[in-house]
Amino acid sequence: MNPFTYSRADDVATAVRDIASAGGAKFIAGGTNLLDLMKGNVERPARLIDINRLALREIRRGPDGGLEIGALVTNTDVAYNEEVERSHPLLSRAILAGASAQLRNMATTGGNIMQRTRCPYFYDSATPCNKREPGSGCSAIEGFNRYHAILGHSESCIATHPSDMCVALAALEAIVSVTGPGGERSIPIAEFHRLPGDSPHIDTALGAGELITAVILPAEGFPEHFAYLKIRDRTSYAFALVSVAAALRMEGGKIAEARIALGGVAQKPWRDPGAEAVLRGSEPTRDNFANAAQAILRDARGFEHNAFKIELARRTVVRALSEAAQESAR
Amino acid sequence: MNDLAPGTATSLPAETSIALTVNRVRRQMSVAPWTTLLDALREHLGLTGTKKGCDHGQCGACTVLVDGRRINSCLTLAVMRDGSEVTTIEGLAEGDALHALQEAFIEHDAFQCGYCTPGQICSAAGLIREGRAKTSDEIRELMSGNICRCGAYPNIVAAIQQSMAAEGVV
Repeated sequence: MNPFTYSRADDVATAVRDIASAGGAKFIAGGTNLLDLMKGNVERPARLIDINRLALREIRRGPDGGLEIGALVTNTDVAYNEEVERSHPLLSRAILAGASAQLRNMATTGGNIMQRTRCPYFYDSATPCNKREPGSGCSAIEGFNRYHAILGHSESCIATHPSDMCVALAALEAIVSVTGPGGERSIPIAEFHRLPGDSPHIDTALGAGELITAVILPAEGFPEHFAYLKIRDRTSYAFALVSVAAALRMEGGKIAEARIALGGVAQKPWRDPGAEAVLRGSEPTRDNFANAAQAILRDARGFEHNAFKIELARRTVVRALSEAAQESAR
Repeated sequence: MNDLAPGTATSLPAETSIALTVNRVRRQMSVAPWTTLLDALREHLGLTGTKKGCDHGQCGACTVLVDGRRINSCLTLAVMRDGSEVTTIEGLAEGDALHALQEAFIEHDAFQCGYCTPGQICSAAGLIREGRAKTSDEIRELMSGNICRCGAYPNIVAAIQQSMAAEGVV
């Protein structure tokens, strides 16, 4: 790790003011990703501003039935929260599919959203990487790309976003609340993470000096029909090859609303409203699910070691939707 | 605990004094901001029972309990834990009386080389406290953050099950 100075902020206003006045500063919360990146000299902040004492550790039920999750609530505390389990169980399932118990005890809601790709070339400062060092090239396109993107990639970058939690947030259409030099604003989760294009070093829509303060879940949490299915090289404590968050609202035996979000396939959780619309008003049959899967993956393109993920993703979508269509075990 | 006035954020000097309660003993020490909790335990306090395996949060050998919760001590800074209570493998026994998990690991031969064992036992202590695992499948899932390259997993699960039964968890 590079030498850095350290300070603590005791309220949000101070944290935002401090990061604006300090060049090269970063916020630290759980630290599970940032410290790892600092050990590899991928991140070299001049200063860390510790935000763990900010009052952002509550989960509150809103008047409309939604949930507001403070940015510092740990992944463990979200996953096992009774309110989350009751109204938005898809989020609990997704979180518990990720990392280990130890990491979930440290990792925070805001930090999970902000985590960076686990592309091995991004981590290896001896190799070119446009995300780590813009303009240096992408080592993964011609390299070992088993874990890389099949959707939304560019000639600059084929990395994936590693989060499970964010895949559920995408399906649930969460809103990210942030505070910064320009005041407070809300960013829909679909707009929070960026596709690489020609600027893969910019992961998110978060502005300079902005701090995530909360995640808002709309009231519709699909507690009756949901599934989170994660396919990986070992059955626990591994990043996804493909994951699918599926949520259905059923009316009279037909699908009234469908949400499908994919993880492990792009630099952001992947949704396709057109494919979801295919299912609206239809019966929950395997053929209909296969049509939706086909639609989501229609533009997918793989590389030497990951082309198998296209068919894997199709099958995972069908299975996740089939599981969601069953009365989900409560 | 926190001696900073509310509403302020004060830069700390290169070395800063922190206090940790480690294995029920309050310890004051001076650490650089970049000192991990793991390095503080091993290098500053001489508590080398906690192991440095991968140093990247992938192996679990550095697992300790902080304020009752199991975490990877390699992925947290000591300064961030100022005022916390830390329990390491050295703090589980009561004098010469081993902790039930330590006894069970011996009884079930739940290790070979032993390098992952302190992390396995601290993780298991956290697991039992959490109370989320009842079946062997649930133990395996919630212990997946602790890697044993000797492959002692079946005996580790058996040792944890025995301890849980002894504590009336299952």
